[in-house]
Amino acid sequence: MREIMTGNEAIARGAWEAGVNIAAAYPGTPSTEILENLSKYKEVYSQWTTNEKVALELAAGACFAGSRALAAMKHVGLNVAADPLFTLAYTGVNAGLVIVTADDPGLFSSQNEQDNRYYASHAKIAMFEPSDSQECVDFVKEAYEISEKFDTPILFRVTTRVCHSKSMVSLSERSQVSIKKYVKNVEKYVMAPANAKKRKYEMEDRIQALKEYSETTSLNRIELGEGEIGIITSGISYNHAKEVFGEKASYLKLGFTWPLPAEKIKKFASSVKTLYIIEENEPYLEDFVKTLGIKCVGREKLPWVDELTPEKIQRAFCPEIEECEPYKIEAVAPPRPPVLCPGCSHRGFFYELRKFKDIVVSGDIGCYTLGASPPLSAIDSVLCMGASISGAIGFEKSNIKAERQQKVFAVIGDSTFFHSGLTGLIDAVVNKAKIVICILDNRITAMTGHQDNPGTGFTLMGQPTEKVDFKKLCIACGIKPDNIRVIDPYKLGETKSAIKDGYESEEPFVIITTTPCALIKEVIRARADMKCFVDQEKCIKCRACFKVGCPAISQNNGIVSIDRDMCNGCEICAQVCPTQAIKREE
Amino acid sequence: MFKNDTKSILLVGVGGQGTILASKILSEGLMRKGYDVKMSEIHGMSQRGGSVTTHVRYGTKVASPIVSENCADVLVSFEKVEAVRWLNYLKKDGTLIVNDFEIHPLPVLIGAAVYPDDAIEQLREKVENLKVVNATKIAEELGNAKAQNIVLLGTLIKATGLTNLDWESVLKDIIPPKFYELNIEAMKKGLTL
Repeated sequence: MREIMTGNEAIARGAWEAGVNIAAAYPGTPSTEILENLSKYKEVYSQWTTNEKVALELAAGACFAGSRALAAMKHVGLNVAADPLFTLAYTGVNAGLVIVTADDPGLFSSQNEQDNRYYASHAKIAMFEPSDSQECVDFVKEAYEISEKFDTPILFRVTTRVCHSKSMVSLSERSQVSIKKYVKNVEKYVMAPANAKKRKYEMEDRIQALKEYSETTSLNRIELGEGEIGIITSGISYNHAKEVFGEKASYLKLGFTWPLPAEKIKKFASSVKTLYIIEENEPYLEDFVKTLGIKCVGREKLPWVDELTPEKIQRAFCPEIEECEPYKIEAVAPPRPPVLCPGCSHRGFFYELRKFKDIVVSGDIGCYTLGASPPLSAIDSVLCMGASISGAIGFEKSNIKAERQQKVFAVIGDSTFFHSGLTGLIDAVVNKAKIVICILDNRITAMTGHQDNPGTGFTLMGQPTEKVDFKKLCIACGIKPDNIRVIDPYKLGETKSAIKDGYESEEPFVIITTTPCALIKEVIRARADMKCFVDQEKCIKCRACFKVGCPAISQNNGIVSIDRDMCNGCEICAQVCPTQAIKREE
Repeated sequence: MFKNDTKSILLVGVGGQGTILASKILSEGLMRKGYDVKMSEIHGMSQRGGSVTTHVRYGTKVASPIVSENCADVLVSFEKVEAVRWLNYLKKDGTLIVNDFEIHPLPVLIGAAVYPDDAIEQLREKVENLKVVNATKIAEELGNAKAQNIVLLGTLIKATGLTNLDWESVLKDIIPPKFYELNIEAMKKGLTL
């Protein structure tokens, strides 16, 4: 049977076909749909974890116990999981273990463009790089075989265009892989220094064996074409190169990219007159080819930033091909950046927060990062998951040194708080940082498309479960109950007064917002008939309502109006209107 | 580019307009017809009202899943100004289908940017194969503005000559039964434009 699937659906399918039993992930674009799809296969136990480190450790434990296991994450998530990764290279596996890293060249939804192929060479674990959905299925299945044969975890590296592109896939049945016996083996699994040193020798032997596999596997294949140009490439770049050169070049298409096949590369290079290296992000393949003393052309012609596309390859390597002038008109399209949705529970909070002028706001990763954009412009810094609170402590300690009177706020979402905010909060308490920690709890992991988290009361597989209570958690960590405010950010007065209390506090202070994301199905249903409108007789066109930055409010031919389909009646605009011209429909 | 029979279609719009569903139906139909198909979409941040693009490519054997600049046989824009943003992707003599519908982005609403008011007239001057469609209005008249994506899909199918395909059965398999009739009507309307 054949189906058209995204790379993420295909990875899930391949894992299921390979007999995977246990899968774990923290959501992150472009990797999220891998676990969402795996959870549809009843034979696989799938769960969201609080962060990527937990996902990888969980998968490691499962593979030690004898189950084929998978952990999936976006590229920056692997930074969080790097600690277990490096030592897993020493322990090796019992049943197969595959770690999916979904990189984001072009930064479509990420804070950086790091190339995670270097994790394979740095941690010394085998790496696979598929180019399309069929390869996602086939390579995952092969990856489990290799993981078990060579006793190694596998880094499975994909990119946004592999994850989110659909192509044809042939489907097979699930392999009947029994759960392996677990045998206690302290020398293999307890990485105390003496054991780890012994394991490192074994790891070096494994690398030699993997190098031989790399030379012989059909995953690293030569495709002979006409002409004298040879191209070494991998991943999505192979498809782009093929689009440009077709049969006019020969290819060394690499699907197994650590360790790289030195002999195969030398042989291929000697069979062609001109050698191009076509790859996205960093010159990972090119640097290796150059260490073999082989002359090649790659990075010097290709851009260092942004995703690679067929036209960029053509312009770099075939400048002789004349392009016709693209269509062009004088009109310019205004930018269309992502924005907080109409009815977003974060809007009211940021609207009030930005009124405090002598503060600095340490932000975090999630929908609420958009609070940094105009007109709200309420955030000073965003670094990585969890950095808001710890960063705020640093700001505050530096302000004390400088005798600078500037209150420091940290804003963090519910899922991000569970991911890596809690440790910062404990730090703030113990080290008496007089910061205001704002937990913007919208009851869902919103930005990645509504995944459950420890605050929602459901698991990935749809089971009801315990909910973590933020207030009790903060108290348990040492925040004084008097220094906690739980508020509805749709109510601006309440929000302002909580922020003011925090601003004036001489101790660590917490504000928790509790209004759910406006896009949650139950919320949409409950608020379906709540609509605001502008009373034209009262409207003085002062545009105060535009300062809340709601996409439902517009002004055409002088008339200010609210889009009824977009509005959910949150009434934030109504509260800022000086003439009470905005009202909710009866 | 290397010469081959691959056709490229680029669908652009604003988050929530249904570009991805339209592309899904298109890809499924092309696959049933026996074509090799690749489709690529960018979502994530774009769910939050940002600009959305979907690439669909089909032929005997498709290499890259993305449409290059200057290479789209058809550019379908679900919103007026998005046609301006992606115009450089349209191939010389390619077909441009534009939904005559405006969604003002936040920078325009707050007065930080300007929405061009004569985009269609300017496009008309330059692009020979231009079809301006009032898909949103047509869908509203059929009972639900959300069916605008299927009206535009119908127009796209006509423009690409892919009419000899059982689109009704593709719709039946993808669209929930509740909305099936509405979408069949929307497709029929689109095919007449």
